[in-house]
Amino acid sequence: MTKRRKLVKWLVVLGALHGVVACAGFLSPYDPTEQDRERPYAPPVRLHFRDTQRRFHIRPFLYPLRVREGSFAQFDEDTARVTPVRFFVDGSSYRLLGLVPCRLHLFGAFPARICLLGTDGYGRDQLSRILYGGQVSLAAGLLGAGTTLLFGLGIGTAAGYYGGWRDDVLMRLAELFMALPWLYLLLGLRAFLPLSVRPTQPFLLIVIVIGLVGWARPARLIRSVVLSFKERDFVRAARGFGASDGYILIRHILPETSSVLLTQAAILVPQYILAEMALSFLGLGVPEPLASWGNLLANLRQYSVLMSYWWMYLPAVAIVPFFIGYLGLASALQEWADPSRWA
Amino acid sequence: MRFLLRRLAHAVFLLFAVSILTYLFASLVPGDYFDEMRLNPQIAPQTVVALRAQYRLDRPLPLRYVRWLDSVVHGDLGYSFSYNSPVAPLLLVRARNTLVLTLTAALLAWGLALPLGVRSAEHVGGLPDALVSWMTAGLLVVPDVVLALGLLLFAARSGWFPTGGLVSIDFDSLSLARKLLDLALHIMLPVSVLVLTALPLLVRHVRSAMIGVLEAPFLQAARGHGIPRRRLLYRYALPAAANPLISLFGFSVGTLLSGSLLVEVVMSWPGLGPLLVEAILSRDLYVVIGGVLLSTLFLVIGNLIADLLLYWADPRTRVESPAK
Repeated sequence: MTKRRKLVKWLVVLGALHGVVACAGFLSPYDPTEQDRERPYAPPVRLHFRDTQRRFHIRPFLYPLRVREGSFAQFDEDTARVTPVRFFVDGSSYRLLGLVPCRLHLFGAFPARICLLGTDGYGRDQLSRILYGGQVSLAAGLLGAGTTLLFGLGIGTAAGYYGGWRDDVLMRLAELFMALPWLYLLLGLRAFLPLSVRPTQPFLLIVIVIGLVGWARPARLIRSVVLSFKERDFVRAARGFGASDGYILIRHILPETSSVLLTQAAILVPQYILAEMALSFLGLGVPEPLASWGNLLANLRQYSVLMSYWWMYLPAVAIVPFFIGYLGLASALQEWADPSRWA
Repeated sequence: MRFLLRRLAHAVFLLFAVSILTYLFASLVPGDYFDEMRLNPQIAPQTVVALRAQYRLDRPLPLRYVRWLDSVVHGDLGYSFSYNSPVAPLLLVRARNTLVLTLTAALLAWGLALPLGVRSAEHVGGLPDALVSWMTAGLLVVPDVVLALGLLLFAARSGWFPTGGLVSIDFDSLSLARKLLDLALHIMLPVSVLVLTALPLLVRHVRSAMIGVLEAPFLQAARGHGIPRRRLLYRYALPAAANPLISLFGFSVGTLLSGSLLVEVVMSWPGLGPLLVEAILSRDLYVVIGGVLLSTLFLVIGNLIADLLLYWADPRTRVESPAK
């Protein structure tokens, strides 16, 4: 029972994290591409409760930032103008969960901008970009893992169930793919795709490329599961009753692969999030103005940004809880799926 | 000997297959290096056509592949468009740097992982074990890009380490000892990123392999004979646990290679990584193929060494396995 509770705990944690990113439109005050060229690299705003006259405000407020005379990206607080933080405000339009058109944001401020995590070189709100970037990165991870598992399942089942020369050919191919250093392979594949088209197109290409690279390991695992089940008594019995291959696969064999699939998914998703980050970081992944955790971090490749603006590191911090979640989920799944069942 | 030959044949076949695969993908791409020239009004269309003909990009695919194979046999690995020179010398300099980096990292990572893993396997549930498991868990959740950027910032802020490159500008004028020191300082940052990212997996495997062995009856007996602890652990237990670890060695070379690509770019280490990224962006076809092929070669060699080590360390693997 404790194994189950552990599993549920990690699922809830991950669900909450994904929920936050999925509701990026509501939680972020601005559109991720909305620029403010007057305030590039503005530091995170400070929320105050006490004004210059030491009066206490229940509603937190902020002072608008203004550029210090004769400097670049040096900001002072304009203490003359108190801008209260407002909750549930109307702002830029977005689609909630990608479906419902909506204008409501959790918080906002007017007339000054409220950039809780600072802004980037174009004055775009860093918090909004991290949240929206999370959507892209997580989608890449999830879709990529889905593609891989689908391929792995198909190839592994075919190799394990039908055996013979198909098995030999497919497993040699799997060895070939496992022998390749994956990041080089990823770059190699990416090299031969068109460099820039519409922003959604590279994203899909990346997902497919990432997904295609990793099929070998799950395929081998699934093959071994299929191999161990295809000669069990209940499968033979079904065959004796005249069940077709398709029926046996769907009713008897594929359900047995589910625990392997789930565990592999929990291992693959963070790996693929990382792969997307690596590609985007190198400038080969998701292109601007679309945000992703990888291309947000790519800003740090400029030495001046690396040295001066600490809030540009925050996308890196955003990844860590997801990694903790997925690692926990993977180990909980491994404990939960009793391996002795198909040993 | 037959074993060695078979592994070698397998490796050659693998490289061949990879070359066909990458070449095939390369040919599926719309566009090539000279496409940007076509947009340039200062370059006549005839020039572009002539250039394409000169590099034989206008020939059919199998012909190009055979020509490329020919150049591989001659040790050129094709021709780089943007560097205007054969690919092999370009790649070799970079590959040397990558090898220096990954080999140092591999040695250090294993040198650290063995004692750490052994120590935590010795006291399962004890304080060292708990410390090690917390450390590995902590390192596992920090992606390598983040680690590399963090260390880079640290180096830049503290000024203790150079933040990029292979050697200092005045390298040639230094004495031998100073040269080594200079190199060591430069390699410190990228190597530590690689070691820290590779470490958790290695430590965990060493630990679990050792735990399995330490419970074995022959070790209980050895302990009963009063063999000193250190000798018991490293002379008796570790060789018995070595099998899965040797296989892991081949695998760890692969992860280190992939990891080093990114680290090289972040820390501007002049290895294969930056060259490859640049080549991809400028569509320098043969450099990309050569880079992928070379990294595969390293990996294959790593696995080959692991196989040979296994063959040497474990007599059981020398028995011809019966046909499946």
